[in-house]
Amino acid sequence: MKQGIDMITVTNLSKQFKKITAVNNISFSVNRGEIFAFVGPNGAGKTTTIKMLITLIAPTSGDAVIDGCSITADAAEVRRVIGYVPQMISVDGTLTAEENLMLMARLYDIGRKDRRQRIDEVLTFLDLTQESHALVKNFSGGMIRKLEVGQAILHRPPVLFLDEPTSGLDPVARRNVWQHLLELRKQVRTTIFFTTHYMEEAEEVADRVAVMHLGNIAAIGTVDELRRQTKKENATLEDAFIYFTGTTMQEKGNLREIKRMRETERKLG
Amino acid sequence: MAYLLQIITKAYVMAEMEVRKLLHDPTELVTRAVQPILWLGIFGEALSKVRAIPTQGLTYLQFITPGILTQSVVFIAIFYGLSIIWERDMGVLQKFLVTPTPRLALVWGKMASSGVRGICQAVIIFLFALLLQIHLLLTPLSIMGTILIVILGAGFFTGLSMIIASIVKTRERFMGIGQVITLPLFFASNAIYPIAIMPTWLQVVATVNPLSYMVDGLRAILVTGRMTQLPQDLTILVVATFGISLISAYMYPRVAD
Repeated sequence: MKQGIDMITVTNLSKQFKKITAVNNISFSVNRGEIFAFVGPNGAGKTTTIKMLITLIAPTSGDAVIDGCSITADAAEVRRVIGYVPQMISVDGTLTAEENLMLMARLYDIGRKDRRQRIDEVLTFLDLTQESHALVKNFSGGMIRKLEVGQAILHRPPVLFLDEPTSGLDPVARRNVWQHLLELRKQVRTTIFFTTHYMEEAEEVADRVAVMHLGNIAAIGTVDELRRQTKKENATLEDAFIYFTGTTMQEKGNLREIKRMRETERKLG
Repeated sequence: MAYLLQIITKAYVMAEMEVRKLLHDPTELVTRAVQPILWLGIFGEALSKVRAIPTQGLTYLQFITPGILTQSVVFIAIFYGLSIIWERDMGVLQKFLVTPTPRLALVWGKMASSGVRGICQAVIIFLFALLLQIHLLLTPLSIMGTILIVILGAGFFTGLSMIIASIVKTRERFMGIGQVITLPLFFASNAIYPIAIMPTWLQVVATVNPLSYMVDGLRAILVTGRMTQLPQDLTILVVATFGISLISAYMYPRVAD
């Protein structure tokens, strides 16, 4: 782990798809051990930003540095210091929990000697030990999400990216997933960067929130700071969102994004 | 050297997981066995009665068995691109792409996985051929040769399919293209009739079709025992598969855009 306060530093990051500017010259930083929420409706540019940060797509311009590694110059190094949980269900239902973890352990080059121990640690941490030999297709939505988190933290990354991590989960399962993530931050100071369109989720767990709107960051700060700026009594984060963007969360999103979200919700039960 | 070793190791990991999946749920193998069994049992049996196709001293069933095996392997491989698009939609592809695994290892992993399924098809076809009393040269060496050719052929068509997937990007478009290319690939080869009886223009197509070299190699190993063309068949398959894996490794991550 490199020294310094900022774990993620984003500088003038942009992404252009033909004539559409998905992300427009955004800059921000995330501190070590911070839980940072990226909120905005579908189509605001959250997923494109996360895709650039995890080196899945190259930015049109600008750069970001994650734990001292540039996403444009050291993409391979960035991949070693991050963990990623996609929005959709990304575990293999036809494998057991342990096999899913073993696959990632081997892809992340965890040595043969350490693999067993790490997998056991993760299964214990996520309360999945009893189900380790069960096929994932028989898991509940919450268990699936926990297993995905497990896959993402096996190699002990200092930064964890989660794209809509609790989308489709019921409130109990959502709370359970976050309990584990908060414990992870407490134990090893993992920096957690997540996107969400659930305002109450960001309100509950995030140290700071960035409000994304039409490819721009409309506001950034702690939940209290954002609320205060609305100059409204008992304002919620939803009120702050409306104040900064002039719109509500439900108004955006293209067919593919909505289809994807509904499919995830259906599969997670 | 270390980089190459890393690629091979990780491709092996992906293929091993594919085997585990098949062990957990082998129904796919049974359903996929139906088509080659129909081709051999109905088409092969019927055409062998007609004796209209010159088969160089072989029975027609002997002649087409390597062709049907090839067809079966290619049909599995060519639809691998569909699974890539499905994996993209599920987020699996993105998760693999953000691991420190080299892109080429992911492609070789998919190729090897398709090869594993191809080998399972070969076992089923061998068993059915025995049932139909089709005489095949089944020796340890011919079985090893079959495994090699199946993996190379499956690899080539998986690579091709991944390139198509990275261009078309949607399941619907891929299905259309997959259906358009599979049968022409099969018919424009020496799988069910010799190249010599084709019109000249089709002979040219068959000569540049890697499927022909796969059939040729399998026929030499499993039926005729004439190995003179085998080095050429293997060289072409190795070069074509390696080349397409490089192109695929370059284009494959675009599916995730």
